[in-house]
Amino acid sequence: MRIGHLSALTLSIFGLLAGCGQDKTTSDGVEIIRIGSVAPLTGAQSHIGKDNDNGARLAIDEINAKGLTLAGKPVKLELVSEDDAADPKTATNVAQKLVDQGVKAVIGHLNSGTTIPASKIYHDAGIPQISPSATATAYTNQGYNTAYRVMANDAQQGKALGQFAVANMGVKKVAIIDDRTAYGQGLADEFEKAAAAAGATVVAREYTSDKSTDFTAILTSIKGKAADLVFFGGMDPQGGPMARQMKRLGLTAKLLGGDGLQNINFIKLAGADAEGVVASSPGLPLDAMPGGVEFKQRFEAKYGPIQVYAPYAYDAVEILVAAMRRADSAEPAKVLAALPKTDHAGVTGPLRFDAKGDTAGGAVTLYQVKNGAWSVLETVK
Amino acid sequence: MDIFIQQLINGLVLGSIYALVALGYTMVYGILELINFAHGEVTMIGAMVALAVIGALLGAHPELPGMMVLLAGVLVAVPACMALGFVIERVAYRPLRKAPRLAPLITAIGVSIVLQNAAMLIWGRGYVSFPAILPRGRHDLLGATVSDLQIAIVALSILTMFGLVFLVNHTRLGRAMRATAQSREVAELMGVNVNTVISATFIIGSALAAIAGVMVSAYYGLAHYYMGFLLGLKAFSAAVLGGIGNITGAVLGGLLLGVIEALGAGYIGDLTGGFLGSNYQDVFAFMVLILVLVFRPSGLLGERVASRA
Repeated sequence: MRIGHLSALTLSIFGLLAGCGQDKTTSDGVEIIRIGSVAPLTGAQSHIGKDNDNGARLAIDEINAKGLTLAGKPVKLELVSEDDAADPKTATNVAQKLVDQGVKAVIGHLNSGTTIPASKIYHDAGIPQISPSATATAYTNQGYNTAYRVMANDAQQGKALGQFAVANMGVKKVAIIDDRTAYGQGLADEFEKAAAAAGATVVAREYTSDKSTDFTAILTSIKGKAADLVFFGGMDPQGGPMARQMKRLGLTAKLLGGDGLQNINFIKLAGADAEGVVASSPGLPLDAMPGGVEFKQRFEAKYGPIQVYAPYAYDAVEILVAAMRRADSAEPAKVLAALPKTDHAGVTGPLRFDAKGDTAGGAVTLYQVKNGAWSVLETVK
Repeated sequence: MDIFIQQLINGLVLGSIYALVALGYTMVYGILELINFAHGEVTMIGAMVALAVIGALLGAHPELPGMMVLLAGVLVAVPACMALGFVIERVAYRPLRKAPRLAPLITAIGVSIVLQNAAMLIWGRGYVSFPAILPRGRHDLLGATVSDLQIAIVALSILTMFGLVFLVNHTRLGRAMRATAQSREVAELMGVNVNTVISATFIIGSALAAIAGVMVSAYYGLAHYYMGFLLGLKAFSAAVLGGIGNITGAVLGGLLLGVIEALGAGYIGDLTGGFLGSNYQDVFAFMVLILVLVFRPSGLLGERVASRA
């Protein structure tokens, strides 16, 4: 009798397991297409992660509201949000989980350090991946036909930053710090190349981690080397305290950073010491984006202020769904065949892909903190 | 040379914060022979409570002078942490006082995890920034820069430590603490209320932790729910370096560790030709911990039983 119960239970468990990964339908028979969205939703970068997730969600909600039809049948999109905590190891676990759940595509991840290891799992499963914000060149250099991004990469950004520092800020001696993540290190390497090529001397190359808050030792040794610019490849939770500690130690060098610093939170963390800091962001400033102003209204009505990458996550979803429409299917293999032909007028600007999955000819914009807000210096194409 | 002095100053400031936290570890160890691993989290709670009060006050009355707001924050954070320290001892350690020593060690780690997660639920997962209410003055000292904040941190730490030494050596409670440290049973026979003394030890240690927490968040300009973890581990290393259970040792260990860290991180890059960088800063504390445990397990000032408390 007990054995009978047990085997019935086992059978039902197997039934449940088998059910996983199958296509789901709603009660009225509309097929549900699941799309993964991965970003750090906990930890120090959760504000940026939530921003990405909301950007993707806004696009999904709008597409569902208008209605989507594939192969003559109405379908409904469902966003499956996962948290990778900005941790490479968690990222691969989460990626495998999404693959097992049978998602048709993934929007993410946010960081380069998480996007790169996860991309192998999506590639092996043959699922398209579009990262809104991973900028490390290594991501698209792996030769995966599944890896795409909608933002200018570190080579493009680092080059613009290096040239700007020498040509426009008149910098001669630079100190470079990075947070040892794929993003921070990659960006710092590209900056170093460009700055050295433009004629600046690199007087210090230091490292920290993406969890540190104490940079006094690094900054003091940089002070001793009389650098007139400190470049930081990393994110705002480190950049904010770094700006404060530079002022406290009496450094006269300016602080320059990439898109990891170019957000509201950096100014909040650095306080008055944020004044004068320069940072870049791939793409156009929000107000100069073709659909920027209108997007801002729609987004902020629902989720509050935009942190930084939400428009890119939104465009990533739009591009994916446009490819599904062209393929007239959500099957990953067919969508992958349609993705290279992308020519999309997105919120962030016109988007096309090159052979590697990078954006063709992405712009980079430089910003400076003036009176407690980021203001545009110039856009480099 | 001025760079050396700057690193030294950085180290002393950091070290005086470590010393304050290390005192909490060492006092509890002196009396209970228990390593209170939740102590770092008490520091974090102190910082978070103070920031919450400061934020609320500034939100309601932005015209208030900065120092007054800060004082209000500290005046709420200190009693809050004292109460927390009392509750931790009462709930997690007292029922296990006669249990094997491993048991309270495990509840200590449990309390630490509970506090971290509680803080994450209350104050969120992101960094909380310290508002710009502090004086921003800077002074020149032998070519190095010293800020008002750094002077305040060191001065306040020294003041607090002298207060503690006075309390332990010249008051009735202090005598009871020293007696309990020597022998709990005999102290009890002599009419010392051991439970009160142990509670008082936790309360005092937590008050110091609250002050240290506010200092750390003011110094780095931010606070977050896991800031207590690394700070606690380093302060523990400082306590072991000085000789755990020894009050003077904790202060000495804290200051030494701060200076070792600052100088180590500042010069390791140049000394190794860039092979090792200042990112190895956090390694120094634990290298020191290992070296002490191998070569002088009783710490620099030993564990002089008579004066531990």
